[in-house]
Amino acid sequence: MKTECLREAYGRELLKLARRNKNIVALDADLSGSTMSCYLGEEYPERFFEMGIAEQNMVTTAAGLSLTGKIPFVNSFAVFATGRPYDQIRQGVALPNLNVKIVGSSSGLSDSGDGATHQSIEDISIMRSIPNMTVISPVDALETKKAVKAMVEYNGPVYLRISRTELPIITSEEEPFEIGKVSKIADGKDITIFATGLMVHKALEAREKLAKVDISARIINVSTIKPLDVEKIKEYASDVKGIITAEEHSVIGGLGGAISEALSDELIRIKMVGVQDKFGQSACDYEKLLEHYGLTADQIVKKAKEYM
Amino acid sequence: NKVEELRKKAIVIRGNILETIGVDKKGHVGGSMSSADIVTALYFYKMNHDSKNPDNPDRDRFIFSKGHSVLAQYAALAECGYFSKKELKKTKTFGSILQGHPEIRTPGIEANTGSLGQGLSLGLGIALGGKLDKRDYNVYVILGDGELAEGQVWEAITAANNFKVDNLVAILDSNKVQATGPIDRYDLGDIKGKFKASGWKVFEIDGHNMAEIVEALDATDTIKGKPSVIIANTVKGKGVSFAENKASYHNAKLTEVQYNQAKKDIANIG
Repeated sequence: MKTECLREAYGRELLKLARRNKNIVALDADLSGSTMSCYLGEEYPERFFEMGIAEQNMVTTAAGLSLTGKIPFVNSFAVFATGRPYDQIRQGVALPNLNVKIVGSSSGLSDSGDGATHQSIEDISIMRSIPNMTVISPVDALETKKAVKAMVEYNGPVYLRISRTELPIITSEEEPFEIGKVSKIADGKDITIFATGLMVHKALEAREKLAKVDISARIINVSTIKPLDVEKIKEYASDVKGIITAEEHSVIGGLGGAISEALSDELIRIKMVGVQDKFGQSACDYEKLLEHYGLTADQIVKKAKEYM
Repeated sequence: NKVEELRKKAIVIRGNILETIGVDKKGHVGGSMSSADIVTALYFYKMNHDSKNPDNPDRDRFIFSKGHSVLAQYAALAECGYFSKKELKKTKTFGSILQGHPEIRTPGIEANTGSLGQGLSLGLGIALGGKLDKRDYNVYVILGDGELAEGQVWEAITAANNFKVDNLVAILDSNKVQATGPIDRYDLGDIKGKFKASGWKVFEIDGHNMAEIVEALDATDTIKGKPSVIIANTVKGKGVSFAENKASYHNAKLTEVQYNQAKKDIANIG
C-alpha cells in the first residue's frame, strides 16, 4: 500500500491553495522545516511570517491578520500550537470566531524521539472544549489535503492535527470530504471501531485479525472530532454489541470522550483505546512507543473480544 | 482652536464614562479616566474613521489592549454615533451590546481584548495585513503599564521591530497604579529604554496635556521603518478627586454622593 507523509501533504496543499487564494498567509515559530509551512514561505516570502519562538504572539498576530481578511495558518508542533497559546486561542481567536487556522504538527506520540515535551496527548481535549472551535484529525495524506481545502472554504477557527509520520493512503481522490462528517472505511456487524488518525490504520489491522476469529468489525474514520457527526455515530453504534474508540491521544477528553458524551443517553457499551492519563517519553522506535502505551491493533482486538 | 475643542470633548467623554459606570454598579473608573484624554484625541482628532462606514478597509484602527478601560472607548464610540448613547447605561447588564470587556460584536470595536497582554499582537497583525494590502491606515494600541508584565507584550514588541511596522503606534497609559496597588511594587525596569533597545521610536508626554497628545500623535506619522510608542504619563482616575491615584478605584462602585461629586469634578478638570 502506498504511504505518504501527512505534513508533507499539508505543506504542498497549503502552497497550492495559496497560489489560487492570495488571502492565505502562514505563520510559524521556527519549525517551518518540520511543519512544512516552509513551502509557502519559499514561494511567497511576503505572505509567510517567521514569528520567532513566540507562539502566543504568533496566534494573536494571526487573529489580527484575519481581521484584515487574511486566512492565516498558524503552524507549530501540536503540543506548542495548542498548549502554549491556549489563552490566545480562546480569547483572541475562538471568542470573536475569527478565521484563524491552527495547525498542530507532530501530533500524538509521532515525534517519538523528542519525548514527552514534544508529544501531544491533550491537544484534542483542549481545543475541543473551546466554543466555536472545529477540530480535524485526518487519516492520511489525501484526506489531509482535502481537509486543508475545506478549512480555507470554511469561515471560522479550525484546529488541524497532523501526524509527523508516513501513513498508508486508505482514502481515495474521489471520496468527498466534508467537515463534520464521519466516513465508513469498512463494514462489519459485531462491533464498531470509531478511530481517528493513526489509529484508523491500527483498527484496519485489528479488523483483519478479528476476521480470523469470526468477529466482524466496522471501522469508522472520525476525522472531524468537532463538530461530531452525532447522528451517524449513533447509527453505527446502535446495531452492534459494543463500540471501541481508538486515538493517539489521552482517553480523557479526546475522541473517546467526545463519543461518550454523544452517546451518554444511549444504552451502548463503549471501550476506549488511547493513552491512559500518562505522559509520553522518548523512543527512537515509534512502534515501540505505541506498543508501550497500548496504541496497537492487538489492544483493539483484545477489547473487541471482550464484547463477544 | 483644536486643542481647546478636544479638551472640552474630553469632559464630555468623562461624563459618558461616569454615565456608563452609574451608581452602585461596579466599573473600571481608574483606567478609563486615565486614558480618557488619549482616547478623545484618537477619536476626535487623529483617526480616520466614520461610524456610517465602519467597514471601510482604509480606516484607522484602535485596539484597547487594557480592555477593562473600554468604558472610555464606549464613551467615544457613542459620541461618534456608532451606537446610541442610551446603550451606555446598559453596559455589562444582561443582553447589552456593551460587554464588560471589548468584543467585536459591538459596533466600532475592532478586536476582542480583556485577557491582558494581547492587544499589541492584534495591532501587529492588523498592521501587517495593511502592509500586505498596501493600505494606508494606522493601528493605535493603548497598553496599560501593569500589563507590561505580560510576556506576550514583549514578544509583540520584538516582532513589531522585526517587521518594521511603521503603521503601528502603541500608547502606554502609564497611570502607575494596578488593580491591587502601585506599580512600583513590581519593578518593570526601564520601560523607555526597553522600547528603545527593541528598535522602537519612543515619545514621552503628559497624557493629560491635550497639546502634547496631539503633537506626539502627529509626530508618529513622520516615523518611517519602525513602530512608535508614546509613553503617556497619566493619573489613575484622572478628574475624579476621590479616585485619583487609588488602586481601590481601579474597579469600584460609586455611591450617589460620589457620583455627583465626580460629575462636578470632571467639569472643573485642571
